[in-house]
Amino acid sequence: MAGTPIAHAPGFIANETPRIVTSRFDHEDSHTLERYEATGGYQALRKALQQTPEDVHNEVRNATLLGRGGAGFPAGVKWGFCPPGVWPRYLVVNGDESEPGTYKDRLLMELDPHQLIEGCLIACYAVGLSQCFLYIRGEMAVAQERVAQALNEAYEAGYIGKNICGSEFSVDIVLHWGAGAYVVGEETALIESLEGNRGMPRLKPPYFPASIGLYGQPTIVNNVETLSNLPWIVEHGAQAFTAIGTESSPGTRMVAVSGHVKRPGVYEIVNGTTTFRDLLYGIDMCGGIRDDNQLKAFVPGGGSAPWFTPDQLDLPFEASQVGPQGSMLGSGAIIVMDETTDIPAAALTLTKFYAHESCGKCVPCREGGTWLEQILRRVVEGRGTPRDLDLLIEVGETICPGDFPHAAVPSKGIDAVPFPYRMTTICFVGPSAFAPIHSALTLFREEFETKVAGNEHPTMIEVAVNV
Amino acid sequence: MKFFTDENSVLAQEIIGRYPKPRSAMIPLLHLAQEQEGWVTDEAMAEIAELVGTTSAEVLGTCSFYEMFKRHPVGKYVINICTTMSCALMGAGDLMKHAEVRLGVKSGSTTADGMFTLEGAECQAACTEAPCLQVNYRHQYRVTTNQFDELVDRLATSDHEVPEHGVLSQIRQHIPEDRSVGAVPPEDVIAAPVWLSDDEGDQ
Repeated sequence: MAGTPIAHAPGFIANETPRIVTSRFDHEDSHTLERYEATGGYQALRKALQQTPEDVHNEVRNATLLGRGGAGFPAGVKWGFCPPGVWPRYLVVNGDESEPGTYKDRLLMELDPHQLIEGCLIACYAVGLSQCFLYIRGEMAVAQERVAQALNEAYEAGYIGKNICGSEFSVDIVLHWGAGAYVVGEETALIESLEGNRGMPRLKPPYFPASIGLYGQPTIVNNVETLSNLPWIVEHGAQAFTAIGTESSPGTRMVAVSGHVKRPGVYEIVNGTTTFRDLLYGIDMCGGIRDDNQLKAFVPGGGSAPWFTPDQLDLPFEASQVGPQGSMLGSGAIIVMDETTDIPAAALTLTKFYAHESCGKCVPCREGGTWLEQILRRVVEGRGTPRDLDLLIEVGETICPGDFPHAAVPSKGIDAVPFPYRMTTICFVGPSAFAPIHSALTLFREEFETKVAGNEHPTMIEVAVNV
Repeated sequence: MKFFTDENSVLAQEIIGRYPKPRSAMIPLLHLAQEQEGWVTDEAMAEIAELVGTTSAEVLGTCSFYEMFKRHPVGKYVINICTTMSCALMGAGDLMKHAEVRLGVKSGSTTADGMFTLEGAECQAACTEAPCLQVNYRHQYRVTTNQFDELVDRLATSDHEVPEHGVLSQIRQHIPEDRSVGAVPPEDVIAAPVWLSDDEGDQ
């Protein structure tokens, strides 16, 4: 109903960490221009406008701001990939957060939309981007409202549009919503969607957005959290940013911890040094596993990421350490499973997701994902046979061929090769359907064997094939 | 017969004008059509095709890719219960079973009175608040079976906060004419933006 105040989205839990992107989250009116300006908002934009675009770009490059969407690529370097002399260039903001377990971009859009807008403006100024499209996931009505309201306020106040703050810098920010498709979070699919097409990924190379993106023009695609860091970096400088965290992973990052912990929530943590143990067991963080149960396994970086067990608890949030252990930090999402968890059933909830979200462009994903789901479902429901367990691996290897390195099998490890290792598909949706199955089968095979024990009869599918 | 109302036709033109190429307005216009009618009709797709300069088959192609666009009437309230991992670990399966009994329909169906459509949904970015659901894409957090019953009762009355299916953001973006830079087709832009110095423009 119009006029009904919308309650703040829950989930954020403050701790001792320096707060870069969540500094306004405690205020009930954190989403308003009034609060934003009262807490230093749009000062970074004014400061940037006093510098040359190249200087602002260098500041961001020196900050080593790693992309927070999943790939973890440094934003300042990505910006530098735009080919010289090709105009116009565009900015596309990836607000299509939908990786299982991930909950941070929606908070940033609902609770501090002006911070995001200021980040977009700084990026446009630094790289010479002449129009910005802010793509918000379709299923986020409240985020759309908060961002629309903030954009309207910022236009009226002269922060967006022609001659921003009286300077030569002019840029429009256009609000755009998705309509329900996980794969659109992949940057080339996002661009397809923004062009009015089915959201299917493009092949890279040649379609790296920085060179051939929206309408074939150089396009920077940045995640909401990545852009939300920019006002702080410009205001305090790259040095202050790199003073937090480690040299290769500076700053903070937002991490959502869900599942079987005492205090599930969204935490801003110091990048590079905070360990999974700090986060899951720290008293100012999740406070341990629910009912003081034993930890069985956890997904360290969103539904696509291969699983970890208590053996990896002491790894820090540092890509160069998590990668060689066979997984990734991804989008800052940890899903925790305690000792009571039915592992095959848990894996099914993820495989089902990726099978459902396959766009259908690549056959191994479209067919393989569906087969993986069907075979795993019959195993979970007690209708599988022992042969199904090998069949799962066989089908999965049509998507990710060859040995699949994993922390539990160091002999198979390929050091520092990021997930996924080899793939027969354009994007990560296909490998992601297999990752949970591979992890679960490698780490907890006996649970699968219990479910199929004694079921030697052929399944319906085998009968059909043999006829 | 024109599909869009006069007011929405004006809005449609405004939306198209924000993009360097009209086809980019396809998804926003499909949302506008769904907002007007509650679902996306063939007439709507035909008119959108004309507006953005393509065929209705192309519009159907885009429309059918995205789950939120309904090509048949659905309930006044679409209830999406998240069934992905974090929610599943915290009892989404039981919540769904309860919802099916409470509403008397299976997931994927609409109640006979046209009030509720029940769907299993994928991750809704509220994983720490599991199990969660959405009513017309507005979240409810840590939902118990009792709370589900209360929610359904509340939605059946007229005094609550959720607009009818099809309405997403109740606040529209408004770009004031005197502030707008305006969208230019990419082929018409040949030079670097004015705020870049000549040196940078050449880089």
